[in-house]
Amino acid sequence: MNVVVCVKQIPDPAAPQSLDASHNLDRSGKLILDEADTYGVEMALQLVDKAGSGEVTVVSMGSAADVAGLRNALAMGAAKAVIVSDDALRGTDALGTAKVLAAVIKRESPDLILAATESSDGYTGTTPVQLAELLGLPSITFAKSVVVDGATVKVERQTESGYDEVSSPTPCVVTVTAGVVEPRYASFKGIMAAKSKPVEILSVADLGLGGAVGPSGARQEITAVVTAESRQAGEKYVDEGDGAEKIVAYLESIKVL
Amino acid sequence: MSVATIWVVVEPANGSLTSTSLELLTHARSLASSVSAITWGEGSTLAAQAGEYGATTLYDVGDLQGALPGVPVAAAIAQLVAGNSPDAILIPTSYDGRDIAGRLSARLDRPVLTNVTGINDENGLVTEHPVFGGTQTVKAHFTGDGPGIVVVRAKSFVAEASGGAPATVVAAPVGDTGASGKASITTSHVEERTGPKLEEAAVVVSGGRGLGEADKYALIVETAKLLHGAAGASRAIVDAGWVPYSHQVGQTGKTVKPTVYIACGISGATQHMVGMKGSKNIVAINKDPDAPIFQIADFGIVGDVHKVLPALIEQLKARA
Repeated sequence: MNVVVCVKQIPDPAAPQSLDASHNLDRSGKLILDEADTYGVEMALQLVDKAGSGEVTVVSMGSAADVAGLRNALAMGAAKAVIVSDDALRGTDALGTAKVLAAVIKRESPDLILAATESSDGYTGTTPVQLAELLGLPSITFAKSVVVDGATVKVERQTESGYDEVSSPTPCVVTVTAGVVEPRYASFKGIMAAKSKPVEILSVADLGLGGAVGPSGARQEITAVVTAESRQAGEKYVDEGDGAEKIVAYLESIKVL
Repeated sequence: MSVATIWVVVEPANGSLTSTSLELLTHARSLASSVSAITWGEGSTLAAQAGEYGATTLYDVGDLQGALPGVPVAAAIAQLVAGNSPDAILIPTSYDGRDIAGRLSARLDRPVLTNVTGINDENGLVTEHPVFGGTQTVKAHFTGDGPGIVVVRAKSFVAEASGGAPATVVAAPVGDTGASGKASITTSHVEERTGPKLEEAAVVVSGGRGLGEADKYALIVETAKLLHGAAGASRAIVDAGWVPYSHQVGQTGKTVKPTVYIACGISGATQHMVGMKGSKNIVAINKDPDAPIFQIADFGIVGDVHKVLPALIEQLKARA
């Protein structure tokens, strides 16, 4: 069974973030593999392992100036990486991203496509489903468990009131929530092996996509960025054994107690 | 008014519309001269409520026969748009809402704006999106042909009934949705919940990494219970597998606006703050006096949650 995992290299969320002059997220610094994607990579590795054959391919879009994040996925055990990197893609929206990923995934014809429910930098959260629609495939989002049984994928999908058992024929797009599996740490052997694994870098022209992607394809623009109304810090006490009492008094003062 | 028609996707839940659906209908009413709604399941039972909150027409996709809503509902909307396109389609940020938005966007080849917390008419619709933990707001609009698809976060607007007559129900069935519609629900599990829903609770008590280990989340659950509130969590402990995703408060989780939000052992990553900074009062308990959470807390205790919470539980029990 071959599994594609859609991944994204993002600016380190722990570092200060800003928007550049064209209101795009400043991605000029160091990029890392989005932690949210490590769950999909781990899940894919486990499913392929269980199936007994096949491989995991990670597919991405974005700057390929630094591919350390992709190497991280390869070090975990993915066989190869494909990244579409092109200046023409700057300012591409979620639908455009899905178009790019769809063009790459068509060449791979996997049995299963995994992704995070959303990226940790853009948070749009629609790309995997847009991708499924473009590929004409079913999709199951918010999976908290994924099992493949022959040509069927069975998922426990998070709902507002609990979860649903959902099943679909493969190929299918599945998005996994964080915590679905525990991502492995890359071993030293894995890190060494990743250095010689293939990372294919493609351009928009390689995929024949043209004007459907990039800022003109996005058909949306940011008109302003304003500072939001901020909250003020209130009282603060160091607990000297009376912290709970103080909280009770505060809750009384706001009539919660 | 430059905005003539808005459609709102309204989600059924236990014979009623979800609170976010009602919030969207209410706001759509203030923006457009005509508001229609799209639902599925048993539309006829929802017509009165949809009308009360401002929809004049309720398109009903009908029984989905176990299919996940994303594909059939998007297919139905695409068919309806072909005949009479609205200026915008508003969709709640929810598990199914996001599926519908993604499917519809690709099907119509129209862009989607998500994580929206405000929509205003400034010679066309302008959306507001909190970024960087809600410290800044991005304003955006669509530049191409409509309809634009707007996915709106819960609690962005206050739901208010307009006293409108029941909406006219129009059947909007879809045919075979082909391979893409093949994902179906085989069994639904309802998890038992004691106390209010996280998004609707007046008191939310949330735990984070400062709890140290999964077992200590019991302190959060107990405190929440004693305050008749709901238990929430930061992304860190959900990612660590301590608590189910449904408890997560923040950018990737739920937005809450309770009377009081009590953050325990939560440092206050921007990811988390955006989901709770709209709370009326914020209480924070954290060992680190410089934790960012204290910058937005109305009342802070610099202390160890392992000491403060058990003491708080004792005091609340004594009052009960």
